[in-house]
Amino acid sequence: MTTRWFGARIPRSEDSRLVTGRGTYVDDVRVPGTLHAAFLRSPFAAARIKSIDVSRARTLPGVHLVLTGFDAPVLRNPCPLLIPNPQLQHPKTQVPLATEVVRHVGEPVACVVADSRYEAEDALELIEVDWEPLPAVHYLEQAAQPDAPRVHADLADNVAAHMVQQSGDFAAAAAAADHVLKLRLYMDRGTASSMETRGLIAWVDPGGALQVYDSTQAPIPIRNFMAAMLGLPQSKVRVVAPDVGGGFGPKVMMMYPEEVVVPYAALQLGRPVKWIEDRRENFGATTQERDQLHEVEVAFNRDGEIVGLKTVYLHDQGAYCPYGLQNPLITGTTLPGPYRLRNYHMEFRMLYTHKPFVTPYRGAGRPHGVYVMERCIDALARHLGADPNDVRRRNFIQPEEFPYDFGLTYQDGAPLRYDSGNYPEMLRMLLEMIEYDQFKREDQPRYRAAGRCVGIGVAPYVEGSGIGPFEGVRVTVEPSGKVMAATSVGTQGQGHYTSFAQIIADQLGVTPRDVFLTTGDTDKFNWGTGTFASRAAVVAGTAAHLAAAAVREKALEVASRILEAAPEDLELADGQVRVRGVPARAVSLGQVAARAMPLRGTLPSVDYTPGLEAIRYFAPSVGTFASGAHAAIIEIDPETGDMKVLRYCVVHDCGNVINPMIVEGQVHGGVAQGLGGVFYEKLVFDENGQCLTSTYMDYLLPTAREVPEIETDHLETPSPLNPLGMKGAGEAGVIPVAAMMAEAIDDALDHLGTEKITEMPLNPARLRAIIAAAGALPQAR
Amino acid sequence: MSKRTITVTVNGQTHTADVEPRLLLSDFIRHTLGLTGTHVGCEHGVCGACTVLWHDPEDGPLAVRACLTFAVQADGAELTTVEGLAPDPEHLHPLQQAFMDEHGLQCGFCTPGFLMTLVPFLQEHPDPTDAEIRAGIAGNICRCTGYQNIVKAVRKAAGQMGGGDGA
Repeated sequence: MTTRWFGARIPRSEDSRLVTGRGTYVDDVRVPGTLHAAFLRSPFAAARIKSIDVSRARTLPGVHLVLTGFDAPVLRNPCPLLIPNPQLQHPKTQVPLATEVVRHVGEPVACVVADSRYEAEDALELIEVDWEPLPAVHYLEQAAQPDAPRVHADLADNVAAHMVQQSGDFAAAAAAADHVLKLRLYMDRGTASSMETRGLIAWVDPGGALQVYDSTQAPIPIRNFMAAMLGLPQSKVRVVAPDVGGGFGPKVMMMYPEEVVVPYAALQLGRPVKWIEDRRENFGATTQERDQLHEVEVAFNRDGEIVGLKTVYLHDQGAYCPYGLQNPLITGTTLPGPYRLRNYHMEFRMLYTHKPFVTPYRGAGRPHGVYVMERCIDALARHLGADPNDVRRRNFIQPEEFPYDFGLTYQDGAPLRYDSGNYPEMLRMLLEMIEYDQFKREDQPRYRAAGRCVGIGVAPYVEGSGIGPFEGVRVTVEPSGKVMAATSVGTQGQGHYTSFAQIIADQLGVTPRDVFLTTGDTDKFNWGTGTFASRAAVVAGTAAHLAAAAVREKALEVASRILEAAPEDLELADGQVRVRGVPARAVSLGQVAARAMPLRGTLPSVDYTPGLEAIRYFAPSVGTFASGAHAAIIEIDPETGDMKVLRYCVVHDCGNVINPMIVEGQVHGGVAQGLGGVFYEKLVFDENGQCLTSTYMDYLLPTAREVPEIETDHLETPSPLNPLGMKGAGEAGVIPVAAMMAEAIDDALDHLGTEKITEMPLNPARLRAIIAAAGALPQAR
Repeated sequence: MSKRTITVTVNGQTHTADVEPRLLLSDFIRHTLGLTGTHVGCEHGVCGACTVLWHDPEDGPLAVRACLTFAVQADGAELTTVEGLAPDPEHLHPLQQAFMDEHGLQCGFCTPGFLMTLVPFLQEHPDPTDAEIRAGIAGNICRCTGYQNIVKAVRKAAGQMGGGDGA
C-alpha cells in the first residue's frame, strides 16, 4: 500500500536535534587551535582614511595577526558584482578592508586575529586610524540632489542605476481617463535581524583543502567566489552552511568582507580562524533594506477601472550594490499585483547613500510594490465613494485569463507572465473568513458609537517565485534501504529536510523518516545557487522529485531482473519492490541497491551507472506566481496612538503544498516581520549617517504580545510549470502587510477625519500626531 | 587580567576552571564547558536566547540571562541548560516534545532560550491562558515562527504536565 506524503502535515525530522540543544550553528563548530577575529569598523558614515597604524595592536600578547587592506590586493580590491544589468549604469561593490575611503558606519578597515575574541577586541582599541570625516549623504531626496556629496567620488552624482519599463501608453491613458490622482508614498529602512548573527570559521585541513563553515544561504557561490579570490581550485575549497539561525535574505550576499578576510587569515596563519558577528555589528555590517520614495499617478474611470499607473521612485541602495538593481526592479514588477494593469510606467533611480548597503530582505522590494498599488486602490475608492474591494474585483485578472503577460521583464530576466491563480476566489474566501460585511455593517458602527477606533484592512498580492537559474538533487538508495539525498540549496528553518524527504518518499515507497537530506555542503553537492526568492521548494523540490523518479525507474528495472517480472507489474511500497497483487514476490529496496553495485560481473551496458542513484536538475525558464490576501481588524487607542490587532486572516495560494504545517509556519513568521516593519521596527539615521537604533532597546522586534493569532486558509491553483504544481511560499507572509495595515489604520481613524497614511513604518507617536492634526485627540480629563 | 578559579555545577556535573573576571557566563557555558545548546543573540539581555536556569535553594529554578552574567558570579551556583532538560537520552521533556509536535520552531536558534524560560513559567502558571503565555514569553524573541505555534506548544505541554486542560 503506497502512502502519499506530499501534502501531509508531518512533524519535522530536524527538530529532535534542535530542541535538545544539539544543533550545529557556526559558532558551535569547534576546531582545536581556533583563533578568533575581530574587525575594526568605521565609526563615520563617510571619511577618508589618511593612515592606519596597527603597530601597537600587533604587539599585544595573544595577537597573532593584524590585517589591513594594504597587506594584499585581495583584501582591498572590490568584491564581485553578482547580477549585472544594462540599466545598472554605475555599479560599485564593497572591498574587504577599506584603505582609502569608508562609505558607511560599520565598514571594516582592519582585522585582528587573537587567541580569544576578548583579546582581539582589546587589540582593536590599539589600532590608530587617522580619519578625515567627510560630509555624509544619508537620506534619499538629499542623495538625489545634483550638488549632494558624492558617495563615489569618480561618479558624476549618486545615481547607480536608472531604469524605465513600460507597457502601453500611460500619458494617453491618463489624458483619456475620468480621473487622475497623485500620491507620494514612502517606506523606510528595516533589517532582517535573524536571531543568529553572521559568522564563519575557516581552516586548512591536513589534505590542504580550505574548510569553511559559514552562516550563509548560498554556500556554492560563496565557495566559487572564495576559491577565485584566494587563488585556490574550487575542488580544494569546501563551504558548509551548517544549521543557520535564520537567513531572511541578508545571508545570501557575497562576498561580505569577512568572508574574504577570515579564510585569508586562516591560510596565512595555518590555523583555524573564527569570526562571529555580534548584534551591534549586525546593525552596520549586515545588509539592510526597504527605503523607497514613490511619486505615483493613477488614472481611472468613474466605474473604478484602473486605466493606467505611473510610478517614479527613488531607491536607497546604501554605499554599494553587489546585488545590482534587483530590489527596485522587483518593486516595479510586483506592483501590478492581481490587477489588469495596461498602460503602466515604472521608473526608478537607485541612489547611493552613506549607509549600510542594501540587498534583499524577505519580500525583496515586493512589499513596496504592493503598498503603492493598494494605496492607489484605497485613494481612488475613496475618491469614488466606493468600497476598495469593489474596486479590486473590478480590476482583477480573471481565472480564465492565464497565462497573463504584462509586457515587462521580471527580476530573472524573463517576461513577467503569471501562470495561474484565482484572485476573485481568494478575496471572497478572505472576506468571508474575516466576516468583512458584518464588520462594516454592524461591528464598526457599534465600536464608533462607543468611542473606539476600530478598522479593517485588506490587501491582495501576487508574488513571483520559483525562479531559475537551477538547482539539483542527488538521490541515492543505500544497501541498508535508507535513502540519502543531497541538494544545493541551504536551509535556515524552512524544513527542507522534511519537505524534500516527503517528495522523495512518495516516489520510492519509503517513509520520510527513511530519507536523510544533506543541504548546503559543497562537498556533497556543488552545482546550484542558493535559498532565496521563495524558490527552494519549487526548484530544488522539483529536482528532488525528478531524481527520485529516476531512481524509481532504475529500481524497477533492476528489481525486474531479480524478481523475473516486467517492470510495469512492479510497485514500490513499504521499502520494498514487489509484484503488484503478489506481496510474497518482493525484494527490499536495499537489496536492489546492493544488486546495482556488483562486486563481480559487469554492468548491463556502457551507459549504465552503478548504484541506485540519480542526479537531476531543474532549470525553470520563468518563475511561477504565488498569491495571497491578508486582512486584519485593528484598534487604535486615540489617546496613546498604540495599535492592537484584534483579528488577522490570511488566504494563501502557493499551488500544491508539500507540508501545510511548514507553509503556515512560514506565513506566520512573515506576518510577524511584516508587522514589525509597520509599527515597531525602524532604522533611524541622524544627519551624520549614524544609526540611532542599533540595539534591541531601540529597534523593536515584535514579541509574542505584539504578534496576533493568525488564521490561515489555503487556495491551491497549481502551477503548470513544474510537475508537482508548486509555487513559492517563503516570503509570502510579509509582502502585503504594510499595504493592508495602511488601509486598516485609515479605516480605524476615518471617522476622525485624519490624513491618510502615506508612510511606513508608523509608531504610537506618529499616530497620535496624525490624530492631533485632525483635532481629534481625546480631551484631557 | 588575572584569573579566578570558579566552580560551577551545570546539568548535575561540577566543573572547576580558571576564568577572567570579564568572561560572560554565556561564553563560559558555550566555550569553556563546550555546551553549545545555549545561544547568544544580542549580548544585551533583550532577546532571551541565552536563558539558562539558576537553581536558587529557596526560590527554585530562575530564568537567567547568561549574556548579562559574568561567569565569576556563578561561582558555587547550580545551573541547568537545555542539554539538561530531557530526563534521559530516551525521553524528551514535555516542552521539547510539544515544540516538535506543534511546529514551535523553525531555525531553532531561539528555542533553547524559550524552553528554559518556560520551565519556571509553567511551574508558576501550570494552567496558563494564552494571554499569560504570551506575556510569559515576551522576553524571548523569535524571528521565524510569529509565536503562534510556540503558544500552542506551551498549551500542549501545560496540559501534559498536569496543568488542567491548559485552556
